[in-house]
Amino acid sequence: MSIVSETRGQAPSLSIVLAAPLRLVMGALNAPMSFVQRRFGLGGMGAVFLAPNMLIFGVFVLIPVAINLAYSFTGGMAIFFGERHVVGFEQYRTLFACGDYTQPATCREDAFWQSIHNTIFFVLVQVTVLVLAALGTALVLNREMRSRGFWRAVFFFPVLLSPVVVGLIWKWILQRDGLLNAVLVDYGFDRTLWLAERNWAMFWAIFVSVWAHLGFYALILLAGLQAIPRDLYEAAMMDGTGRLRTFWRITLPLLWPNLLVVITLALIRAVQIFDEAYVLTGGGPGTSTLFITQYIYETGFAHVLRNLGLASAASILMGVVLVGLTLLQLMASNRRNREGNR
Amino acid sequence: MSAVSTFLLRRRGGKGWHWTDVLAYVWLGLGLFLMFGPILWLALSSFKTPANLSEFPPTFLPLDTRMAAVSGYEKPLPLYRVKQDDGSERVLAQVRRVGLTAQLVDPADPQTIIRVPIDKRIPEREVRLATGNYTEPLQQFNFLRYFQNSIFVTVMATIITLIVNSMAAFALSKYEFKGRTAVLGIILATLMVPLSVIVVPLYLVVNELQLFDTLWGVILPTVATPTGVFLLRQYMLTIPDELIDAARMDKASEWQIYWRIVLPLAAPALAVLAIFSIMWRWNDFLWPLIVLSRKEQYTLQVGLNAFSGELNVQWHYVLAMTVISILPVAAIFLFLQRYITSGIANTGLK
Repeated sequence: MSIVSETRGQAPSLSIVLAAPLRLVMGALNAPMSFVQRRFGLGGMGAVFLAPNMLIFGVFVLIPVAINLAYSFTGGMAIFFGERHVVGFEQYRTLFACGDYTQPATCREDAFWQSIHNTIFFVLVQVTVLVLAALGTALVLNREMRSRGFWRAVFFFPVLLSPVVVGLIWKWILQRDGLLNAVLVDYGFDRTLWLAERNWAMFWAIFVSVWAHLGFYALILLAGLQAIPRDLYEAAMMDGTGRLRTFWRITLPLLWPNLLVVITLALIRAVQIFDEAYVLTGGGPGTSTLFITQYIYETGFAHVLRNLGLASAASILMGVVLVGLTLLQLMASNRRNREGNR
Repeated sequence: MSAVSTFLLRRRGGKGWHWTDVLAYVWLGLGLFLMFGPILWLALSSFKTPANLSEFPPTFLPLDTRMAAVSGYEKPLPLYRVKQDDGSERVLAQVRRVGLTAQLVDPADPQTIIRVPIDKRIPEREVRLATGNYTEPLQQFNFLRYFQNSIFVTVMATIITLIVNSMAAFALSKYEFKGRTAVLGIILATLMVPLSVIVVPLYLVVNELQLFDTLWGVILPTVATPTGVFLLRQYMLTIPDELIDAARMDKASEWQIYWRIVLPLAAPALAVLAIFSIMWRWNDFLWPLIVLSRKEQYTLQVGLNAFSGELNVQWHYVLAMTVISILPVAAIFLFLQRYITSGIANTGLK
């Protein structure tokens, strides 16, 4: 992982400005830290340096993971663990109490199953479209052309926008008197309430999330494309190989490790979809764009009758899926590194 | 004509057009339109008055009624184009509107009032930026406060992230101690635990620490980023150990070695992490949404969401504040694009 080797040796002047107050603080810590070093010895300093990070990490990540597991076995409305009663697998049973898993309406927690159905549909469509669009964009950006930096920026800029901003921009365009309806009416079509119709709401949730993340994945794929040796293409051209054939025989196989990383990364992110969709549709109309993260958030926090046990159980299930996907991703990136393709 | 088209379609190397060339240009054009169009539309819309915004079909540029100072009237009066019976048009200033009739005067002759049915007059408009969209929410609503909160959260979280992550990375890259692999393993393993999975217990922990509804409750859970530790450690591994040994010979303390030798050498990696941290914290939404309940504590993202979720959405304010919330990100992107893109391309982190 040669993260910053390209940028090495040109530390930005920004860091110099930031360094001045840092110097003061760090300098002031010289004396107390020397005392600590005398107390713990050179060998103990590793643990000392590790301590602040691991303390914060332990309190805000490790303990919550443990609590999450514990809470998923308790019930009741109380917030604190001591006041809650242990119910065993009751919460999981509630989540899985279902007549027919393909029909959310037959389930006790119908919203949960509706959210799973929606999320699966979203993930399948969004990841497919996203990866194909990112691949197309990377291929186009990899061509020899003028002002490539500008074009890269055009596709990449939305990545930096916050999900709230992304949601608001599109909500504004898609509203009843919005830009899209104006254009359609101009061409003689009827106005559509884009976010109030089940299928359209899902379409736009997918479209907007592809719009927002396309540049990120295109950039990873572009780096992969640029790592493919030029002489391979030159050799193919000498042999008079057509462009399509070159793509199938050279580009795609050599890009495959990168593509695998992109697919798994996109999968992991898509399963957790929340912010943009929440701002754009709020899960509606009805529950047609309710996704799992929003279900957890609403069950645990937004409802008047907050059900932390049920929310914990649902998040544990989601965690299991995500850990599985992440293992896939680690395997994919290991393969990418092993094959020396950056 | 054919000479012109030959010239326009001429390509470097004298080769002809391949269908993939056409496809590439179509893709770029569509990309420019789809990716940049919405942002341009947002920016244009944010300068429109409420009346201009509610128009359908919308106007492309922000338009507002032209105003004119008329002697005898304190405030400037809006100008209207009035169609007269003989078919000619004249521009009049409206004094007031009573029911379906408007009372207008000629700016040149402010004494005589002309009564016209309101559907016989069209506002005389010009391109004008409604800057009030930007200034009013900052004064009347809590947006200035949201801003300060967001800046506070972003700056504090980034500073703490840089310090604790770099200390941990220093320990993990330059010290041999028992359990080092175990710690590294735990950090790597939690790369997999997304916030959305632990929001429930995290809320309880933050509640227990009396941090609920405080900005520190937003900041602290985010600062010990495993990605940051990992990124910095990988970089610090490339710093030669001889440098550190030499400093120890010169009786430098470990703390001095950390901040006077290792930190400056790791500046490029720190810069990358700083940029990402600023982006992450500025854009955070789910966690602040859960932790913050009083309006005075909202960050910009939570405030924007709340403001746009109200029954009567005041779009002219929402749009303007959205633009403002983009500005810092846009500035960072403009100046530090190279760091961001090379950081993402090489690590796949976001």
